[in-house]
Amino acid sequence: MKEVINLPVKNIEEEEYHINMGPQHPSTHGVLRLVVSLQGEIVKSLKPHCGYIHRGIEKMCEKDTYPQIIHLTDRMDYLSAHINNHAVCLLVEKALEVEVPERVKYIRTIVDELNRIASHQLWWCSFGMDMGGLTCFFYGLRDREKILDIFEESFGSRLLHSYYTPGGLMMDIHPDFQKNVKVFIKYFRKKIKDYDDLLSGNVIMQLRTKGVGVISKEDAISFGMTGPTGRGSGFSCDVRKHHPYGVYEKVQFNEIVRTEGDTLARYLNRMDEMRESMNIIEQLIDNIPAGDYTAKMKAVIKLPAGEYFQRVESARGELGVYVVSDGNKTPFRMKFRTPSFSNLSTLDYVSRGCKIADLVAIGASMDYVIPDIDR
Amino acid sequence: MNSFFQYFADIFNGVKSLLTGMKVTGRYFFSPWEIVTQQYPENRKTLKMYDRFKGEVIMPHTANNEHRCTGCGICETNCPNGSIEIIQDKIDMPDGKKKRIIDKHIYHLSMCTFCGLCIKTCPSDALAWGQEFEHAVFDRTKLTKILNKPGSSILKDISE
Repeated sequence: MKEVINLPVKNIEEEEYHINMGPQHPSTHGVLRLVVSLQGEIVKSLKPHCGYIHRGIEKMCEKDTYPQIIHLTDRMDYLSAHINNHAVCLLVEKALEVEVPERVKYIRTIVDELNRIASHQLWWCSFGMDMGGLTCFFYGLRDREKILDIFEESFGSRLLHSYYTPGGLMMDIHPDFQKNVKVFIKYFRKKIKDYDDLLSGNVIMQLRTKGVGVISKEDAISFGMTGPTGRGSGFSCDVRKHHPYGVYEKVQFNEIVRTEGDTLARYLNRMDEMRESMNIIEQLIDNIPAGDYTAKMKAVIKLPAGEYFQRVESARGELGVYVVSDGNKTPFRMKFRTPSFSNLSTLDYVSRGCKIADLVAIGASMDYVIPDIDR
Repeated sequence: MNSFFQYFADIFNGVKSLLTGMKVTGRYFFSPWEIVTQQYPENRKTLKMYDRFKGEVIMPHTANNEHRCTGCGICETNCPNGSIEIIQDKIDMPDGKKKRIIDKHIYHLSMCTFCGLCIKTCPSDALAWGQEFEHAVFDRTKLTKILNKPGSSILKDISE
């Protein structure tokens, strides 16, 4: 007969244990590894491990000339590639004191906003999927396809465009661009109602997000949260409003701020931003002035020695580019202040005391892009 | 009593919100003409990419097997990741001088990031975007291409 061994039984609810969420977990949207310390189902603390997709973009920039840097910035936050390009282009233009043609400014603003809508559409897809509604994923991607088709027709590629160059654009927009954008806006105004019916009003989604992951305004500021995430906590931080670039001064749009600070506020902020972006595009699309699509630039761009900083509002928050130049054609040092990295730093603080299922909801509402964190 | 009514109101509103969502999905279920899926491998013959589509870098040749590349090497210096290599050759001109021409324009498709700087900076517009996008091969060496066709020569107006 077998001997029965009496092992001491541990009460699992009293003891803390660690689990790895990621690096290949669908709800981390990439290769982010979260070491979650749990007691039962309650998150006690959390440690993000970054670096799984670190490519050393900042170091690579030091050997590249300024026009070559543009295509690397595409690959940081690949969902708002145009906006990343815009930041570097604005910095070079500011340093060289080049005045770009009005036409370029209009096109850049329209394309940035289209890119923002496309990015938020993909966020909506993955938010719905993290909440357990796979239907959202198909509907969101179907509508995003319309924008990608416009991009492909005008710029040749769907995700990584490298369309902006210091001083202007790679090529002029396609003759059908304006017509297609107007068709898209008309189409998407109808479809965004479906989004609200399907997910925003859904009772399960409301119960899982309301009051979950609350961040106060003071915490949001001290953690450096920006974008729709920071504005969900009442922190007015829209770079387009406070430090306008492009033609944002000439258009009427609202900065969307909510004070609740929970997951639902961040969700609704992004939904409203899509509507606001459509308003901006509608004001500009008929008024694109004629002119050159690029300013006259030297063949070899050399920035005068000194330090330069430029920020833009990317789809996830404030993107800052910092360059130290020693007068050569390559930067001496380049640093990107990426929004996803700052937003990630709050995750430990916010998710303490939440259930592990809430952690997925909070992570989805922060909208991380992992290559943007690791660079 | 208030919480009692609240309880039933919550149930009613919850069911209503679920039905609103199901109305959206149900509408697409009964309207198959709104399906947007492309039957990709089956529609290969009719599939047409946009004119500006960035498939690969090509060097257009005329009917007489002439191209516009002078072999100046500007595309090679502008390429951020070394996917273009140019091997130059020198020929004797009738007046005794030596002239630089292109021997091989080697393009490593496997290293290309499709930034378009080579095409934008080319002074004689020798390069262009090709529409081909099915690049999958079994052997990686097949991704190294020589863009100038064998026996090709430079177009007359460019060389003068």
